[in-house]
Amino acid sequence: MRVRIKFSKNGSMKYIGHLDVMRYFQKALRRADFHTSLSGGFSPHMIMSFAAPLGVGLTSDAEYFDLDLEEAKSSSRMAEELNRQMAPGFRVLSVREIPSDKGSKGMTLVAAAEYEVRLRGSVLPEDCGGTRISELLGLFLAQKEIFVTKKTKKGEREIDIRPLIYSLSYSDGTFSMTISQGSSNNLKPELVIGAFAAFAGVSAEKSDMMIHRKELFADRTENGTHHFVPLDELGTDIKEGIDS
Amino acid sequence: MKERKTALGADVLLRVEKPERYIGNEINSVMKNPEDVNIRFAFAFPDLYEIGMSHLGIQILYDMFNRRDDVWCERVYSPWPDLDRILREEHIPLFTLESQDPVRAFDFLGITIQYEMCYTNILQILDLSGIPLHAEDRTWDDPIVIGGGPCTYNPEPIADFFDLFYIGEGETRYDDLFDLYRICKKEGWTRKRFLREASHLPGIYVPSLYQVTYREDGTIDEFRPVADDIPATIKKQIVTDFDRVTYPEAPVVPYLKATQDRVVLEVQRGCIRGCRFCQAGMVYRPLREKSLETLKKDAEALLKNTGYEEISLSSLSTSDYTELKELVNFLIERCTKRGINISLPSLRIDAFSLDVMSKVQDVKKSSLTFAPEAGTQRMRDVINKGLTEDVILKGAGEAFRGGWKKVKLYFMLGLPFETEEDAKGIAHLCQKVADVYFDIPKEERNGKCSITASCSFFVPKPFTPFQWAPMDRAEDFLDKAHIAKDEVRTMENQSCIRFTYHEASVSVLEGVLARGDRKLCAAVESAYRNGAIFDAWTERFSKDAWDRAFAENGIDPAFYAHRERSADETFPWDFIDIGVSKSFLQREWMNAAAASVTPNCREKCSGCGAKVFGGGVCYESQN
Ligand code: SF4
Repeated sequence: MRVRIKFSKNGSMKYIGHLDVMRYFQKALRRADFHTSLSGGFSPHMIMSFAAPLGVGLTSDAEYFDLDLEEAKSSSRMAEELNRQMAPGFRVLSVREIPSDKGSKGMTLVAAAEYEVRLRGSVLPEDCGGTRISELLGLFLAQKEIFVTKKTKKGEREIDIRPLIYSLSYSDGTFSMTISQGSSNNLKPELVIGAFAAFAGVSAEKSDMMIHRKELFADRTENGTHHFVPLDELGTDIKEGIDS
Repeated sequence: MKERKTALGADVLLRVEKPERYIGNEINSVMKNPEDVNIRFAFAFPDLYEIGMSHLGIQILYDMFNRRDDVWCERVYSPWPDLDRILREEHIPLFTLESQDPVRAFDFLGITIQYEMCYTNILQILDLSGIPLHAEDRTWDDPIVIGGGPCTYNPEPIADFFDLFYIGEGETRYDDLFDLYRICKKEGWTRKRFLREASHLPGIYVPSLYQVTYREDGTIDEFRPVADDIPATIKKQIVTDFDRVTYPEAPVVPYLKATQDRVVLEVQRGCIRGCRFCQAGMVYRPLREKSLETLKKDAEALLKNTGYEEISLSSLSTSDYTELKELVNFLIERCTKRGINISLPSLRIDAFSLDVMSKVQDVKKSSLTFAPEAGTQRMRDVINKGLTEDVILKGAGEAFRGGWKKVKLYFMLGLPFETEEDAKGIAHLCQKVADVYFDIPKEERNGKCSITASCSFFVPKPFTPFQWAPMDRAEDFLDKAHIAKDEVRTMENQSCIRFTYHEASVSVLEGVLARGDRKLCAAVESAYRNGAIFDAWTERFSKDAWDRAFAENGIDPAFYAHRERSADETFPWDFIDIGVSKSFLQREWMNAAAASVTPNCREKCSGCGAKVFGGGVCYESQN
């Protein structure tokens, strides 16, 4: 059976890198005595895959991994048992059953993500050159194309990020956005805010930003319009009856 | 939920390599309310987090101290040079991982000293904490700085920097020290008074209460306490019954992959073997085993509380554990079906260990390790390494037939009484191992065999029979390494034999510090001021910083490393009583010269003196 586990990563735990988060959960699963499926061989490992894991320095209310189990308990019970093994800053939000086929993997389904970004201090004053941020944002988004330089392994590349921004708004010092995420067309929130800051005539580095992920979505497009569904909603709860 | 504070802001943490080294919050780390405790203890391992977190000793004491309601013990490690620079530039004081509070505000700063090459890192920790480097300059605004660990068997080269040293195994006497400290605080003693009272506790050495005078030739004339109430010798403190001391059932589990990323189960302490080069083998005498029941219980709890996917047995010579078979069978039973690996380092290669290893590892990929330490039988007799060529070749043969094809052999060069023949012997032994492989019919071999001979440079250590020995100079070592290497090139199957050897200049420095005296404190300090830190990291080691440090203080390193000591010389560490007597060590030094072998503790007691502790292998046959 395959389950999808959603967890949050906050506070100082944002400094834990992805590989270490993975190892942390493997240990937590063993401490909680989960009966996980194992690969064969002399050093068997758990069969788990993370969907678009975050880099160091970002907080999140929506991290996901899919895990194969030999034996399951109810969703609520599994979440509770895992939460007993969490360090402060990590919290398991849900454990839900998902189909075991390849196409249902969170990793391949991720299409978009919602972020909140706050800028440190006075990087971008509320009243930027006489224009309010929210107004500027309207002008920014009204552009047909927004070209930014993206650093890739092969060098630098100019790309148009406008089609990858599904929504972007501002209120009370916080930018909220839903942007393209996934193996193709992966857009990073710092790139969006960087481009907007440049548009406003200031410069904002990643180190000036506090970035928080709110959700990860799959895209269930119907009739050409995006229909974003949070990854956990693709799973179903395992009912209490299963616990003995 | 209230957010946990970190001493460093995001601006700093995102600028350094691996911020996880500095944020704490690991599973099983202990949080307490500072208001609820009387004693705050900062426990430092003066090396990088990933190294320090792999160390068992600190976990044992961390657990033991924190079991006391009146003590909160926290951890601190050496900041890597990237953070070191930022802390200095931005005047951020060094902090502990748990509370993230500045170290200087603690009652105690305990530093575990595992190897000589971390001495400058000790000064880094003091300096970054804002604690005066010299004990004599400290006030009650500073913690009591206490050192422990293997290097305290000669604490003299760092004596100026410590208020106290704890000589021996920490499990036994710390409670007394904490109780004394509470009285001291309650009655408002001066710092001096506290140190004086502490000097009366068994195992506690207060360097400032001892005076050393030297002869013209630089050797010690007299080493004595400044007053009659201070003990002239300090007796090491050890655990005699391991089933009655606590073992950390829930060690701290790091997020970062530490060097030892596994459960470490200590099966015994001490060693029966008596190899003459080995300091651990002497200072941890006598051998004391843990009972099988205790070990089973500990293993179970450790796996459950950490979630590690690997467990490793630890001791100086695990094959000597009397109930090894039962223990290993228990672990195989418990672990393999749950996907937990078992790692068995330091097992002697024989039918039993090969059988076990074939069950727990992939024989095609893994390599087998032998530690003959020397290339000829005569030389192995000199060092009292009871491993014969026959045993090695028989073990290798069984291994090759069992499917292994990678063999590693560990050697030392620069041993006392070593000749060119002994260096060449390394090549010959490798060839004989290769012969064993090629004796197997071709169709039964699987591919090419690979034999790696790895040589390190022998460093004479205090409290070993070789404490009198002159150490080879770097150039002698390199000469011998080349002789061995050239000889390998002439071997029939040289293409299967890889020969490697370690850096020599670091070993020479280790040799200087290992048998140094108090005069070296100034050099250690100068080296630190010249920029030496993380000396144990080959890529960071600055020979120049140390060369200048010795020159600045008029110290001749050769006096410490390369001089042959006379039989009646007073050594800087002679005031420590490890149980094993100096006369026994001297006898062993003579036996080494005669290449005469001394039986191990189970074959026949040699009356080394360690029996005085009243436990362990010395009493085995009487049970
Ligand atoms: S007294 Fe005898 S048995 Fe005990 S450690 Fe010494 S040599 Fe071994």
